[in-house]
Amino acid sequence: MSVPFESHGESVPEIRLSNLTKRFGDVVAVDDVSLTIGSGEFFSLLGPSGCGKTTTLRMLGGFDLPTSGRIELRGRDVTRDPPDKRPVNMVFQSYALFPHLDVAGNVAFGLRRRGVDRREAQQRTGEILDKVHLAGYERRRIHELSGGQQQRVALARALVNEPQVLLLDEPLGALDLKLRKRLQIELKRIQMDVGITFVYVTHDQEEALTMSDRIAVMHHGRIQQVGRPDDLYDRPTNSFVADFIGSTNLLGGTIEAVEPTSAIVRLNSGDRCVVATTGARPGQTIQLSVRPESIGISGANGRAADPPGPDYLPAQVEQVAYLGSAVQYLVRTHGGLGLTVLAGKNGSRFASGDAVALAWSPADALILGDRAEAVVEEAS
Amino acid sequence: MPGVLWLAALFVAPLVIIAVISLGSLDDAGHLVLGQPTLDNYARALQPAFLPAFAKSLYYATTTTVVSLAIGYPVAYWISRYGGRRKIALLVLVMLPFWTSYLIRSYAWMIILRDNGVVNSALIETGLLADPIQMLNTDFSVILGMVYGFLPFAILPLFVSIDRLDQRLVQAGRDLYASGRGAFLHVTLPLTMPGIVAASLLVFIPALGDWVTPDLLGGADTTTIAKIVQVIFTSGRDWPYGSALGFMLMGVTIVGTLAGLRSLRRELIG
Repeated sequence: MSVPFESHGESVPEIRLSNLTKRFGDVVAVDDVSLTIGSGEFFSLLGPSGCGKTTTLRMLGGFDLPTSGRIELRGRDVTRDPPDKRPVNMVFQSYALFPHLDVAGNVAFGLRRRGVDRREAQQRTGEILDKVHLAGYERRRIHELSGGQQQRVALARALVNEPQVLLLDEPLGALDLKLRKRLQIELKRIQMDVGITFVYVTHDQEEALTMSDRIAVMHHGRIQQVGRPDDLYDRPTNSFVADFIGSTNLLGGTIEAVEPTSAIVRLNSGDRCVVATTGARPGQTIQLSVRPESIGISGANGRAADPPGPDYLPAQVEQVAYLGSAVQYLVRTHGGLGLTVLAGKNGSRFASGDAVALAWSPADALILGDRAEAVVEEAS
Repeated sequence: MPGVLWLAALFVAPLVIIAVISLGSLDDAGHLVLGQPTLDNYARALQPAFLPAFAKSLYYATTTTVVSLAIGYPVAYWISRYGGRRKIALLVLVMLPFWTSYLIRSYAWMIILRDNGVVNSALIETGLLADPIQMLNTDFSVILGMVYGFLPFAILPLFVSIDRLDQRLVQAGRDLYASGRGAFLHVTLPLTMPGIVAASLLVFIPALGDWVTPDLLGGADTTTIAKIVQVIFTSGRDWPYGSALGFMLMGVTIVGTLAGLRSLRRELIG
C-alpha cells in the first residue's frame, strides 16, 4: 500500500476482506462479505450450517478461490495465493493429521517444508508440545491418541509455524461436551499466550460467546451483525441474530403512542407493552425481542386490583420445565400470545394452569432493525 | 467353510501334486516314477546355466513393474481426481482389453510391431524411415507386451488407494507450506504406498511367470526361466525336473512378496 492512503493514522488491519463473494454454480455460498479483523483478536464466524462461514475460512486459507472480492493480510493482497504462500495455518475440522507420521512428525511437518533444519525443528516441536500439554508424546502414532489429544496435536502442528493468523474450523466439534468446555478455556489461554490472531468457525453460539473478542454472525452467506459478544446478545440488530444468539421471544406489533424516551406497543395479540425507544413513529409496525430471563413472573393475586395495561400482562402457565439452574415456563397471555419465561429457581414457583402476571423493563424489549427497515422501505 | 474347500481344491491340491512330482524321477522308458522320492531334480535346477534366463526374467518383471507404476499411477490419479461421475465407466475401459484373450492380443502386437507391420509400414510410407526398425523380438517388444497386459492389474489397486485418500490431508500438507510437488511427495505418495505395493506385486508376480509374451514377442532366442519350465514340461516331457524348477521360481516369488509386504508394514506402522 502506498503511504498517502495510510494518512489516517490507523494501523493496517491484520485481515481485511473486501466484498468477498463465492459462488458454487448457482449457489451463492458467501455473498459480499466485508470485514476487518485486528491483530491478536479472537474472532469468530458464527452461523448455522450452510451459512458460508466455513467457505469464508477456506478462502482465507487459500483452499477455495473467491469468485470476486479481495483478501488482504496486513495490507498484502493474498486473494489468489496458494495455501503454502500464505502466513496462515489451519486447524481442520477433523484435524486431518497425517496417519503415516507420529506426533513429532506431524508437528514438524510445516517447519521441515520451510527448510528449518532437523535439530531446530525438533526443539521447536518439543516446546510447542509442552505448551499444549503433550510433552513426551513425540513418538506416539496418531491412532493411539484420544480425540482431545488429536485436537491438541492439530493445534500444535499449526501453531509451531508461528503463523500470522490461525484459522480454526469447528475444532471442538467432534468432542464430547465436558471436554469441549475444558478445551474452550484452554484454547483461549493458548491464544492469549501466543498472541496470534484466531479466526474461529463454529455453529455453537455458546462457544463463540465464551471465547471470542468479536463475532460475525452469518446467515445465507451474508454477515448479519458483527460485534462483541455482549453487543450481539444485548443489542441484536435483526431477528435472526436475536434468535440465534441465546433464545428470545420475537413479538410483532404496532407503535400505538410515543413518549420522549419510550413508546407503547400494541402487540399483534392485542396485548400492550412499553418499549424504551426514541425514534419510533405512531402506526409503525415493529418486531420486538424480549429475552426469557428479562421477563418477570409473579402471582396474579397481587395484581388483581390493577387494570390490565402496558405495565404487566396477565397470563396463564401452560408448561413448566425444571432446568437445574433455572425454571422455564411456557405461558400464554390473555391475548393468546405464547412466551417463554426463564425464572430463577429461588423465586416463587408456579404450576401448569396457574394465573400469573408478566412484566419486563421497557429497556429489555428491543426493537429489531430488520423489521423497522422493512417498514421504511414500504413507506418510501 | 466353502471358501476353504475351494482353496483346497483349486490352490492347495495342484501345489501338492507339483510338489510330489518334483520329487519323482523318470524311468528309462520316460515314465514318471514317484516311488523313490529324491532331491536330484532340485540339484539339477540349481545349475548356473539357468542364471542368465533367470536374470532375464527378473529384468523383464522388474522393468514391467516400474513402467506399469509410472504409467498406472498418473492414470489412476487422474480417474480418481477428475473422473467424477464417469469413474466406473473409465475403470471399465481400463479392463476392456481383458474381453479378448491374452494370446490373441499378443498376436495382435506381433502384427503391429513386425518389420512389415503397422508401425514400420506407416513410418516408411510417410517417408520418416527408409528401412524398418526391428521392434519385434527385442526386449522392447517383450516389455511393451507385458506392460500392456498387466497394466490394469496396477491401475486398479492404485485407483483404490488414491481414491480413498482423504483430500483434506493433502490440503493440510499445502497449508503446512508444502508446494504441490511437496504435498505429493510427503503426503499423497506415502499414504498411497499400500496401493503401490499391491500394484507392484500384482504385476511383478505374473510377469515373472509369464512365458507367452517372451515367446511370442521376444522370439526364439529370448530365454526366460518360465519359458524353460514350459519347454521342459512339453517338449522335454520331464515333469519332475520342470516341477522342481517351477517350485524354485515360486520360492523366489514368495521371498520377494514377503519383502514387499514387510516394507509395506514398515511404511504403515513405522
